[in-house]
Amino acid sequence: MVLAAIDPARETELRQLLESMNEAPGLVNAHNALVPFARFETLHFARFIILEDKTLNDVRAHGGGPAPTYSLYLAFVGDIDGEVEPFLHELARVAGAGLRSIFSCCVGFAANADLVGWMKSHNASTLAAYVNWRGRTVRRIHEEAALRDALVEHIDANQAAFRNLPPRQAHVKLQQFLNAERAAGRLKLSGESPAPAGWWLRNLTHMIGLPLLVLLALPLLIVIAPFYLFFLRRREKTDPELCWRVNQTHSDDLSRYEDHSITNQFSAMGSLKPGRLRLLTAMGVLRTVDYAARHFVRRGRLGRIRTIHFARWVFLDGKKRLVFFSNYDGTVESYMDDFINKTGFGLNAVFGNGIGYPRTNWLVRDGCAEEQKYKNFLRRHTLPTQVWYKAYPGLTAIDLERNHRIRQGLESSSLSEDGARAWASLL
Amino acid sequence: MKSSDVDYADVQGLVRFGYGKMKGAAYALLHVKNAAAARAWLRAAPVTNAVAMKPPPTAALQVAFTADGLRALDVSETVVTQFSPEFLTGMTEEGRTRRLGDVEANAPAKWEWGYASSIPHVMVMFFAECDGFDNFVEGAKGNAWNEAFTEVQYLRTADLDGIEPFGFADGISQPKIDWERRRDVTRPQLDYSNIVALGEILLGYPNEYQKYNDRPLLDADAASRGLLAAEDRPDKKDLGRNGTYLVMRTLEQDVRLFWQFVSEQSGGNPDEAERLAAAFVGRTRAGDPLVPPQKHAIPGIDHTDPEQVRHNQFTFAKDPAGARCPFGAHVHRANPRNTDYPGRPTGLAKLITMLGFGPKGFRDDLMSSVRFHRVLRRGREYGTELKPEDALTPAPPNESERGLHFICLNANISRQFEFLQNAWMMNTKFSGLTDESDPLLGNRAAMPGCPVTGHFTMPEENGGVPRRVSGLPQFVTVRGGAYFFLPSLRALRYFAGSEGVQE
Repeated sequence: MVLAAIDPARETELRQLLESMNEAPGLVNAHNALVPFARFETLHFARFIILEDKTLNDVRAHGGGPAPTYSLYLAFVGDIDGEVEPFLHELARVAGAGLRSIFSCCVGFAANADLVGWMKSHNASTLAAYVNWRGRTVRRIHEEAALRDALVEHIDANQAAFRNLPPRQAHVKLQQFLNAERAAGRLKLSGESPAPAGWWLRNLTHMIGLPLLVLLALPLLIVIAPFYLFFLRRREKTDPELCWRVNQTHSDDLSRYEDHSITNQFSAMGSLKPGRLRLLTAMGVLRTVDYAARHFVRRGRLGRIRTIHFARWVFLDGKKRLVFFSNYDGTVESYMDDFINKTGFGLNAVFGNGIGYPRTNWLVRDGCAEEQKYKNFLRRHTLPTQVWYKAYPGLTAIDLERNHRIRQGLESSSLSEDGARAWASLL
Repeated sequence: MKSSDVDYADVQGLVRFGYGKMKGAAYALLHVKNAAAARAWLRAAPVTNAVAMKPPPTAALQVAFTADGLRALDVSETVVTQFSPEFLTGMTEEGRTRRLGDVEANAPAKWEWGYASSIPHVMVMFFAECDGFDNFVEGAKGNAWNEAFTEVQYLRTADLDGIEPFGFADGISQPKIDWERRRDVTRPQLDYSNIVALGEILLGYPNEYQKYNDRPLLDADAASRGLLAAEDRPDKKDLGRNGTYLVMRTLEQDVRLFWQFVSEQSGGNPDEAERLAAAFVGRTRAGDPLVPPQKHAIPGIDHTDPEQVRHNQFTFAKDPAGARCPFGAHVHRANPRNTDYPGRPTGLAKLITMLGFGPKGFRDDLMSSVRFHRVLRRGREYGTELKPEDALTPAPPNESERGLHFICLNANISRQFEFLQNAWMMNTKFSGLTDESDPLLGNRAAMPGCPVTGHFTMPEENGGVPRRVSGLPQFVTVRGGAYFFLPSLRALRYFAGSEGVQE
């Protein structure tokens, strides 16, 4: 994620530039002249967003002193396959001029600046990230979608032959079809390219290292725990709830960019409750989320939630503020309901450290169970996302899982009767 | 009367009764011509309450308002703006039309009522037995009617004897309201129940989250004196209490197109056509679900009533492959009959499920728990009956429209009606499906990356490749709609006698 303060004198110009990348608000032109997203074969999702926090007065309402002032930031966020560095070079190569005109609206961007160097120096590190399916590349997604489309089309064209065909026979028949299509070069299913050794090493270090650190610190944590809980409880009982309904202008602004497609973007930011206790809690919880997302969660799921493609949390302004980005299937209403009903505990543990969140108890309880307060809170902190790109519009995370299961089934040499039934039902 | 009991005399009867015995019904959609005259008419209007009477009344009158309507009656802005955002912005707000599927042929700009200058202020609903219907309406309107209101539309209804225009028994499944508030909603619900918390249907009471929905809470003053206090805020007067939101949509049904399409797909075989039509709906024309009833009772469904058992004592749990009732069938989308957790996990298993390590089947746990998304339906059909067998002939010139004036009641429009319409009816990705929306209601509109939305998938009994019907045309077109507030009788008196709040 690239993060840069916007030159106040050029904010209007920047907004116009960003809007020029859309066909209409909320509908990006994937081939726009500034950053033709569609040309990047490893890019899943991307967004340009102006981080304009309208809730800064909440800091004062919380009793954290006068409302702070921060620079207005531009964030450029991308979810990619592989390493960041080569992607930045590709960006500079394909969209150098466009990116320069965008970033030139930011403070300290010189016309002759080294673009890649500048983006690297303006990198904001991600505190926690969630990926729906680690290792699933854009290429694989497109190939598996093409496979599914071809199979369904083939079945539609030969309905009589498939009608009442037992599942195992259908499996064999479709395997033959796939082989023929592959031989003719009409379908391609690439093998998984293994992650580089460096990645494995880092991943392993992270997997073992973090629990090891926690283990080492355990005696200390046990000693601290009662004090921690004492102070946490005291704050939980007195921290004010700031969950007013959003005004119509803000609501319209958000709505303009939403529900143009089956998948939506979500961007939200807010200030952390002042004090070390809340900061450490937020960091601890988010580190845990990040660790679980990397090493622990079942592919395709975040707890019980199966609609999130990518999500990330980033600290801003010396860890005073937190910004959250995600890409999810469905509408914001169903997204919020999903979280309340399925992962309320996690939501509370993370966002309960934000100013104004509905009252939690013991960190994970209640909070978002105040449905309407929580929805108001979330909506107040949501930001309009000016430019948002998805490499595979029309495909939900569930679609991707189905297509993958179809492929896996087709690639197994033979299926059991039950396995074949389950597989055939996916078509 | 215990303090927790609902005062039925304060609730409009439509919440408790469908007035099914009163075969005549009409909806007058009105603009307020003269606010003082309108208030006077409303003060005198014989609005029917929800007290059960013996013998039951033979006529009923109900009143509901849009946000524009409350303003037209000079209700103060500080009061109006406390209603829900959906109600305030209305059904035709642009982002909302995308979520509700009101695009292309369904676009509000093409509606017969409910768009721009045809957004009504007030809806007066008349119900009576057919014989005395016209007299009842004339009597209820009285002399002051024309001075008070101008009619935007006067929507008539037809009595099709419990059959909706496509020919299927309708209104079979309704949630049962927990009037006595006996159910504990705070525990995870592991079994499907047909009972919903009172606060899901009426404002001013705890909902399925055991919380009170936002609604206008007023300071105690002379004007609000007649209102009940808020249960959760005893210092405030609760304008919402015993009232609810009423969603209305006029849905034109192309009965000829429907039966001609299923007949064509079935090679002209009438039995096959009827089977396909039943698969679209998820019930036979007589109302029997395509999955068999279960043995054990479902709370809120009367297991002593054989017809209720046959029609409603079922869930889809025993049909995980959708081989009997397709996943995309209308009744499956409208009420998936699921629970808070799939597979009834308890204790450790629940924790495991919560962390995402529960069942890992493709279709497991895809849907939100239905108890947060129920609505009470109160619609009526309109137009003349057209039997399926007669629907195969071409339409005569100037054939009149037929369809459904869909009406539902719910306390939270966005979480109930809008969720249902968006995430379940219009969603082309419902329950792991793709390229298909509701077979009856779908608008078949393309979305980015989804050029085709007119399929319908029917899993096969033998477990082979599912049958797919393609090219479903749009059978139902939205012709009008609006969000109304159906006030309690006390709130109605507050609006009607609101000289005190005139500014």
